[in-house]
Amino acid sequence: MTRKRSERLPSEAVYREIVPAGKYWIQVVREDQVLRIVDVEGNQAADTLFFNAADPYERYSAVDTVREQGNVYLSHGSKLMSTHCRVLAEIVADTVGRHDTLGGACATESNTVRYALEKRTMHACRDSWLLAVAEHERFGLTKRDLTHNINFFMNVPVTPDGGLTFADGLSGPGQYVEMRAAMDIIVLISNCPQLNNPCNAYNPTPLEVLIWDADVS
Amino acid sequence: MIYETSIEGGKHWSLVVRAGMRLRLIDELGGANVGMLFYNPQNTLERYNAPDTLKCQHTFKLTRGHCLYSDMGRIFCSIVADTVGWHDTVCGNSNRELVARRWGEQSYQEVRNDWTQNGHDAFLVEGGKYGLGRRDLAANVNWFSKVAITDDGSMHFDAENCKPGGSVDLRFEMDTLVLLHTCPHPLNPARDYPRRPVGVQIDQAAPVRDDDFCRNFRPENGRGFENTKLYRACACGPTGVSS
Repeated sequence: MTRKRSERLPSEAVYREIVPAGKYWIQVVREDQVLRIVDVEGNQAADTLFFNAADPYERYSAVDTVREQGNVYLSHGSKLMSTHCRVLAEIVADTVGRHDTLGGACATESNTVRYALEKRTMHACRDSWLLAVAEHERFGLTKRDLTHNINFFMNVPVTPDGGLTFADGLSGPGQYVEMRAAMDIIVLISNCPQLNNPCNAYNPTPLEVLIWDADVS
Repeated sequence: MIYETSIEGGKHWSLVVRAGMRLRLIDELGGANVGMLFYNPQNTLERYNAPDTLKCQHTFKLTRGHCLYSDMGRIFCSIVADTVGWHDTVCGNSNRELVARRWGEQSYQEVRNDWTQNGHDAFLVEGGKYGLGRRDLAANVNWFSKVAITDDGSMHFDAENCKPGGSVDLRFEMDTLVLLHTCPHPLNPARDYPRRPVGVQIDQAAPVRDDDFCRNFRPENGRGFENTKLYRACACGPTGVSS
């Protein structure tokens, strides 16, 4: 597990925004800009999707990402691959050391299966995504484009005998992950509202998003 | 037996399977791979969701007892029998570049129907027959293929996972559009493009009883069956239980 701190100063960011618990964030990040997601109070999950801004039907692909890097966990150095097997972004700093891309996002429907049929009205990530794309029609995204995401700050270990466990998060207050966009990308984050499992310690809290312009070389 | 056939390696096919049918896949020679995706034919926005399938059942592999979930909390099919023990759903598909890199470029004019098809294009072609396109593809199942994970997360393809004659039985709980291909698993390191035939048998499944293995495999599956029952009871058209 590798951890790498960033030299970037928040005071030099060109964009800073708090994403409150249970809300979404959608924004274009330009090629070579660096996006940081901060787990402000700790143990929060950021359910994140990426799209090629020039052709949004090309999008983040969890299966191509894990297969191409030969490892199911994401960390510093991971290249986030698209459905066309091209690099959308690369993780360039990570103070946590491991992020999940197998567990997907919570939905009202999967909540009924995982917890109880009566949980069908509890707020969920995929509802946030659906609202995000409905309120941002200009991106041309619909339910067809909302798929298998990254859960930044979530820890979902796979066991050698083929089990999947939802472990306590490795993240904590102020931990962050940074990625450099390899092309212009649309980033869609649901700040996970889940109240039924430890992915956010049963206590949804804010995320912060920062963007820096390309490094001057 | 309602229907029986064999699909050569490196090919693709699709079919709609009604609720209550059983589909058996047979790895005739060993070392086969079957890429598969599932959709609700009445609303193809409802589709197989690998993350939900894995996390609802706390599993990384698929085998007997597991149910394959849609993104709507319903069950397309249950794995009612499995002689293999491990099927993959996290490695995705081969694509044109991967096949060319590993097994070389081939011209159709030269090799004709022995061309080296890739899983991604196979799904695009089969999906296109139902109005589906690249936006509709998702993490697929790779029947007969095993990729094990070590503690550090690294992935290891097991070339010995499936012996000749290995089989897996799917019982469909909903009417389902099935896209499938027999292209190699994207992590298969074989020197020559693996071309393994897959037997397909379609039959009526035995009715689901209260003590059904898959339904009781985990409490989550009981709730998945409840969601599916509600849908079949209320949905219009041929999916309804009256048909």
